[in-house]
Amino acid sequence: MIEVIDAERCTSCDICVTACPTNVFDKTDGIPVIARQSDCQTCFLCELYCPEDALYVSPFADEAQLIDVVMLKRTDVLGSYRRAVGWTDDTRDRRGVDRSYLLFGH
Amino acid sequence: MSIQTHRAERLPAQPGSVEFDADVLVLGGGPAGTWAAVSAAERGARVLLADKGFCGTSGATAAAGTGVWYIDPDPALREAAMANREKMGGYLQDRRWMARVLDRTYQQSNRLADWGYPYPVDEHGRSQRNSLQGPEYMRLMRKRTKQAGVAILDHSPALELLVDDNGAVAGASGVRRQKQDRWTVRAKAVVIATGGCAFLSKTLGSNVLTGDGYLMAAEAGAEFTSMEFSNPYAISPAFGSVTKTLFYGWATFTYADGSVVPGAASKGGRSAIARALLRGPVYARLDKADDGVQRHMRVSQPNFFLPFDRTGIDPFRDRFPVTLRLEGTVRGTGGLRIIDDACATSLPGLYAAGDAATRELICGGFTGGGSHNAAWAMSSGLWAGQGAADYARQIGTTTARRLLSAATVAFRDRPRRAFDPAALAKAVQGEVFPYELNYFRDASRLNGALARLDAGWRDVAEAGPADPADVFRAREAAAMLATARWMYRSALARQESRGMHRRDDFPDQDGRQRHYVTTGGLDEVWTSVRPHADAVHAEAAE
Ligand SMILES: Cc1cc2nc3c(=O)[nH]c(=O)nc-3n(C[C@H](O)[C@H](O)[C@H](O)COP(=O)(O)OP(=O)(O)OC[C@H]3O[C@@H](n4cnc5c(N)ncnc54)[C@H](O)[C@@H]3O)c2cc1C
Ligand code: SF4
Ligand code: SF4
Repeated sequence: MIEVIDAERCTSCDICVTACPTNVFDKTDGIPVIARQSDCQTCFLCELYCPEDALYVSPFADEAQLIDVVMLKRTDVLGSYRRAVGWTDDTRDRRGVDRSYLLFGH
Repeated sequence: MSIQTHRAERLPAQPGSVEFDADVLVLGGGPAGTWAAVSAAERGARVLLADKGFCGTSGATAAAGTGVWYIDPDPALREAAMANREKMGGYLQDRRWMARVLDRTYQQSNRLADWGYPYPVDEHGRSQRNSLQGPEYMRLMRKRTKQAGVAILDHSPALELLVDDNGAVAGASGVRRQKQDRWTVRAKAVVIATGGCAFLSKTLGSNVLTGDGYLMAAEAGAEFTSMEFSNPYAISPAFGSVTKTLFYGWATFTYADGSVVPGAASKGGRSAIARALLRGPVYARLDKADDGVQRHMRVSQPNFFLPFDRTGIDPFRDRFPVTLRLEGTVRGTGGLRIIDDACATSLPGLYAAGDAATRELICGGFTGGGSHNAAWAMSSGLWAGQGAADYARQIGTTTARRLLSAATVAFRDRPRRAFDPAALAKAVQGEVFPYELNYFRDASRLNGALARLDAGWRDVAEAGPADPADVFRAREAAAMLATARWMYRSALARQESRGMHRRDDFPDQDGRQRHYVTTGGLDEVWTSVRPHADAVHAEAAE
């Protein structure tokens, strides 16, 4: 489930509020809030749409986790999914490297 | 040269609501809905698309990505592609439909390439088109939908269909969740592309898929078919949501003590996993993947690895607990019955596409890992959009039509009998998740579940939620309840095992039941059988 909006990175662009398919976030005067965490379906898509890599979705689908944001930011996990699918400027070449055709029919 | 686009018009409306007039209204903005919207607009229709979530991220495809049944137009390859799944599907497919979906999918995929979808190129310089990355594909589809002149309402679930005095479908109405108001669209034709029903099981991207379109259509009198083929379960790490199963083809499944679960496999051995899970935890390790395969896996499905990378599990070396999550009609084959090549339903003015419609015509009684669903979504979407646009043009002006709501449950409030949507959803899950009820079926267990589900329906049919703000959730829970009843009533009617439907009390396939089960109704759920096309042809030839 969605666990973190990093206040340091977030620029209050509200893209996540629009892009989340289950309407988990609410706009505020400042940075958005996670208003309905239990509605999160752990699809990771908000991470792809956040231009600042300010969001962290924990892979635990059924229960909330306590996350230490300081520790989290010492790793390269923020933005890792966006980089992996090639949605950052310096990873663009990854958009066309799907090798599924070699794996189907196994 | 500029192409003339026609747009849906905003009409004056009461405070707290917005109203539009369109030729074609598309409900749902996954692949089926966006293809329907684009193709209707290209036929000159004024189109509006409403999605429960955000068109572009919502639905099963956006989150998961799909293999696609893309086969080069070589007759031998096409023949093999059709033949090799017939047995698995229980011989319920229809060759004519398979051939037209293969043709369509080939053309649509090539169109995606023209639109700039970044298909990979193999070592021989050939573009490979049998897989689509979900976020990439659906971001492109949103863009093309807008460019086609379609108006999009995001975060705007449809709650009810509107019908005219003759019972023809003439629009829909719903809520705008982020604006806290209501929307109404008057339309000449409606395409239901709201996806399947996965019962809020958290299978990837599917919690927006609660069978809402089925409920709305049933209230207006539509029919369903193949609803017994609605019990696929997908493998995921026990704690996670990523139900992508292809890579488990390289897995070894073990009990807690490390011994191998006999017969367990992702393909053709999933029931052994279900039986083992009934007794205790089951673990997997992808230990059959060599270095090369591991590298291909990483770049092909980056989201498969998120649950592992974020918990420090190396899935190729470490054992991790797995579970099976119900996917209902998302990777089942049941849905709205379509009656012609344009994907019309049995109701005038109503078309169906994607998982909201049946996939029996190309899958029979089994799908999953077959790429057929994605092919069906793009093909049926295109046909339904064109069919709806043609129908809209043919009925002409409709300004004088009086529109009535077709909605029942949660719209006929009896305040004393309010129900809690979350509690209802949970009760339905209790009847459809258990493997011993739904994976392994049997008359007495199905009858028990149906008695409880029918009683549940009697409780809520005339009721609504205590808080009017919960109507949206109440409709979702009621749609799950209705779907479960069509599913189990159809499962009782099919007294054999075929496709994904397995009966402990009828373990074999029965040659005399090579037919389709039709179902429908809300207060009274009914079933009947229709012959398979081959039987019809055989009779005609006699
Ligand atoms: C994990 C996973 C992996 C899969 N892999 C494959 C594969 O490899 N190959 C394959 O062929 N298929 C696969 N499938 C199936 C495939 O994803 C679906 O068949 C496909 O997404 C169907 O497209 P659709 O447009 O009908 O529905 P969806 O993509 O589910 O979209 C439905 C849309 O309707 C909207 N909606 C729902 N209710 C309402 C409402 N009340 N009002 C308005 N809008 C509403 C939703 O928000 C959503 O945007 C997979 C499914 C899953 C879950
Ligand atoms: S998308 Fe990212 S930067 Fe924008 S508001 Fe959301 S968290 Fe902040
Ligand atoms: S993971 Fe998906 S459902 Fe959860 S907040 Fe992000 S976009 Fe929304």
